[in-house]
Amino acid sequence: MTDNVLVWLNDPQNWSGTRFTPGIGAQIAAHLLYTAIALLVAGAIAFPLGIVLGHTGRAGWLVSVANGLRSLPTVGLLILLYVMVSPLISGRGDAPYLVPTEIALVLLALPPILANTYAGVRNVPPDARDAARGMGMTGPQVLLRVELPNALPLVFSGLRSATLQVIATATIAAYVGLDGLGRYVYDGLASHQFGQMAGGAVLVAALALLVDLVLALVQRLTVSRGVSGRFSRRAAGGDGRTAAVTELTAGSGEGRERGGNDAEDSSRPVAVLAPSGKHPPG
Amino acid sequence: MTSAAGSAPWDLFGYFADHRGQVLELLWSHTWLSVLPVVIGLLVSLPIGWLARRYRWVYPSVVSVTGLLYTIPSLALFVIMPMLLGTQILDPVNVVAALTVYTVALLVRVVADGLAAVPDDVMQSATAMGLTRFQRLRKVELPLAVPVIAAGLRVATVANVSLVAIAGTIGIPELGQLFIIGFQLSVNGPYYPPIVLGIVLCVLLALVLDGLIVLGSRWATPWQRVVAAR
Repeated sequence: MTDNVLVWLNDPQNWSGTRFTPGIGAQIAAHLLYTAIALLVAGAIAFPLGIVLGHTGRAGWLVSVANGLRSLPTVGLLILLYVMVSPLISGRGDAPYLVPTEIALVLLALPPILANTYAGVRNVPPDARDAARGMGMTGPQVLLRVELPNALPLVFSGLRSATLQVIATATIAAYVGLDGLGRYVYDGLASHQFGQMAGGAVLVAALALLVDLVLALVQRLTVSRGVSGRFSRRAAGGDGRTAAVTELTAGSGEGRERGGNDAEDSSRPVAVLAPSGKHPPG
Repeated sequence: MTSAAGSAPWDLFGYFADHRGQVLELLWSHTWLSVLPVVIGLLVSLPIGWLARRYRWVYPSVVSVTGLLYTIPSLALFVIMPMLLGTQILDPVNVVAALTVYTVALLVRVVADGLAAVPDDVMQSATAMGLTRFQRLRKVELPLAVPVIAAGLRVATVANVSLVAIAGTIGIPELGQLFIIGFQLSVNGPYYPPIVLGIVLCVLLALVLDGLIVLGSRWATPWQRVVAAR
């Protein structure tokens, strides 16, 4: 079985594509494009909203509502939206598949970005905020120079959760007819070509790992070391017991350093206790 | 396949009445496909989590491996599983194995963190009372870690209910099939009942399983109520 996969992945024709079928490169590009569109739209909505809600501390219920969205089965949401929206769109080409899928992807990407941005801004240590005010910073200055940098690790973990969720669901969207790497999985299943099917799956997994790695690097470069505490690993780590406590209170800090995916998931016991912990990617 | 009931979303009750046997069968297989990985996952995670707590050098590697496993999309894992296990592509075992991987990835850390959160003085008193290491684990550490582990179980279970539905798109029978049926019947305009019914049943199933874990956790930690009542 593994041989089939290697044969399929090694066939240059599968990569370059033919006149009728796009190659693997083109499908990866399509997959990334769908993912980017969904993340841009969701980010444009959820990021400012999370900042404003977190900064003012108002309308926390909106975050709960968004989190409630997460308990819906992703496939169900995807197919429901497809069936609902697709007949309304009479465009040619991809539009009848693309528009409903993107709506579903945006809906799935919203909750993690919103909840984590909100929590990130909310969880900024109050004394840091007070100190900033005491130094004479104005509201926007406090937000830009203190709250945002402090919230960044959590914001990133939300973004990474959302990205994985979107990549995973974009794969499933091939079921309703969208392009992308999921094509290989469902086309392979339909034509009983296991090599193609599993080859597509391997590519999806690799793509997800790679994108997450890139985001981890960006996070590493952008998050201030004063926030992530990367220069004082030993001091912060110390004893196992206190490490758990430090993570519990300081949160995000070391999470990434130790390979933890995000503060929103199980890097802290307190996060797990939250009713809507991290879900694995669809 | 056509139903006497209409095609509007609220006709899900009519649809359910018409396909009662089939829907209940799907619900049942959905339930065990979601629960079995959690049970196996817990049994696997307890010793690994204990090791990660006991030997500190295990912890970072466990955390990075579980982080990596978490990034793999579930559909990909369902399809890759037959390669690793030598099973048939439509074997439900693939789904159970894949979800067990996610559950273990989540629970190992939860177990390790839960054990680490047991207060030091409690451990010292247990040792002073003459408990052996194993007795201490069974009578003190594990019971005290129950609330944290239960929280992890809730997350894993609710996530599994949603993930199992994805396997429906590659032909494994569970509630995800209702979405497929609805999709296939929507060629001439939307046919909502099976899709909406599937979503409702998935959410209800998640709520019920979640509630059961909460009850179980309460039953296992009777002292918490005593503390709360004070």
